[in-house]
Amino acid sequence: MIELLDKLDRRIIYLVIGIVVAYPLIVHPVMPIRVSEEVKRAYEFVEDSLPSGSVILISIDYDAASEPELTPMFRAVLTHAFRKGHKVIYMGHWALGLPLAQKDLEEIAHRMGKTYGVDYVNLGYRPGFVTVMLAMGRELRDIYSSDYQGIPIDSIPMMANIHNYDQIDLIIGFEAGSTGEFWIQYVGSRFNKRMFFGTTGVVAPDLYPYYASGQILGLIGGLKGAAEYETQIGHPARGVFGMPAQSFAHLAILIFIVIGNIGYILRRRR
Amino acid sequence: MNFFDLFGTWLAAGLTVAILSFLYRDNPLYKFAEHIYVGASAAFWVVIFWYSDVKPMLIDRALDPQYPLGEKLILLIPTIFGIMMLLRWFPKVAWISRWPIAFTVGMAAGLALTATVQGYIVPQIKATLFPVVVITKDPLISLWRSLMNIFVIFGVFTTILYFYFSKEHTGLLKVGSRIGIIFIMVGFGASFGYTIMARISLLIGRIYFLLHSWLGVID
Repeated sequence: MIELLDKLDRRIIYLVIGIVVAYPLIVHPVMPIRVSEEVKRAYEFVEDSLPSGSVILISIDYDAASEPELTPMFRAVLTHAFRKGHKVIYMGHWALGLPLAQKDLEEIAHRMGKTYGVDYVNLGYRPGFVTVMLAMGRELRDIYSSDYQGIPIDSIPMMANIHNYDQIDLIIGFEAGSTGEFWIQYVGSRFNKRMFFGTTGVVAPDLYPYYASGQILGLIGGLKGAAEYETQIGHPARGVFGMPAQSFAHLAILIFIVIGNIGYILRRRR
Repeated sequence: MNFFDLFGTWLAAGLTVAILSFLYRDNPLYKFAEHIYVGASAAFWVVIFWYSDVKPMLIDRALDPQYPLGEKLILLIPTIFGIMMLLRWFPKVAWISRWPIAFTVGMAAGLALTATVQGYIVPQIKATLFPVVVITKDPLISLWRSLMNIFVIFGVFTTILYFYFSKEHTGLLKVGSRIGIIFIMVGFGASFGYTIMARISLLIGRIYFLLHSWLGVID
């Protein structure tokens, strides 16, 4: 038995993980989703604390490598924001991610009857994220004199009275790296802005101290967080759909860890 | 689905399978997909920088007759710095590129200093300053919250003890630092658990794409 475990081909483990992920996606088992406090708080702020027509700045700070985790939560939060009648400024600090999420922005805006320039605007990408964050605190036009298509900001109706963070009610970042911490440290503290983040699972533990200290309103962590937000808005989608696969895979990994440790202990005893 | 969507889906599926084939063993198909990814990303960056930075913030402003002359002159500074940076390609004058790098590093350090104190150190210290004894109407809640607060303070204190290097870790300091490392390990464990969750989520995303968008076997 120990010899068998010792010689176990790692490709068998990959195959098992592949099967336990694919199987639930095909058979659709239903699993309950418990909404965590940090996701509930993020949801409740958009739902209850912001009056309709508030301006939300959404920052896309991820790219294709984190798309499966962050796009579901971006879609859920955007759907919620549009449903509540909020206006959305779309921008980002990860150049490769902006066109990726733009597809979702336009699809959801179209489905919900939102008009470009009136209900939402896409500022696009500017390099040098710290400079961009700080300059936006003074005058947004210093950095974004035009939108992503080159249309002058001053000719966009929604942006007529938006000059800096004073006219932005909430910042939401979707984070695959440390940009979220920069938002908190450079904008949250300096300009006293309210914000919350949707993050990859890898990034979530780094942002929990900021949630615990009250520097951010909420935290949507990983695909699980996306599933929770989808549950809150009553719009189950890719997050909820992926949870059984996630649970099955975690169970398989736990079993592998137990088997591996039993094998290790038995071999040491010999 | 139009032709381009169909072509895009097949291309993405083919590249996904090529990348996943690495799990079996390294192979030319994987290398091909990897090189395409690196090449396409580099090309994309060049285009993005041109259209998001150089063109709107430098060229358009420099050519705009309505843009104030004073601000046009300021544009010379980043232009010169940019050219100095590009001199890295020429070994004899590559040292000149250190000047704009020094400027960037200095500026970033200056900005980070205040941001770290204002946005990280002070708020995090404030967040650990809470009452050891919490009094609420419900004695059970009071007890629970008090214990939690003591636990957090204890964790912070022992973790800091672990990073106290001015005295040899013996006696009470050794006990404290040993407890501190348990808290640190729990933190690492949480991060590692989240990382596993994240990686599985990525696999779910790819398999969902293959089964849904490419093969169409799930809704």
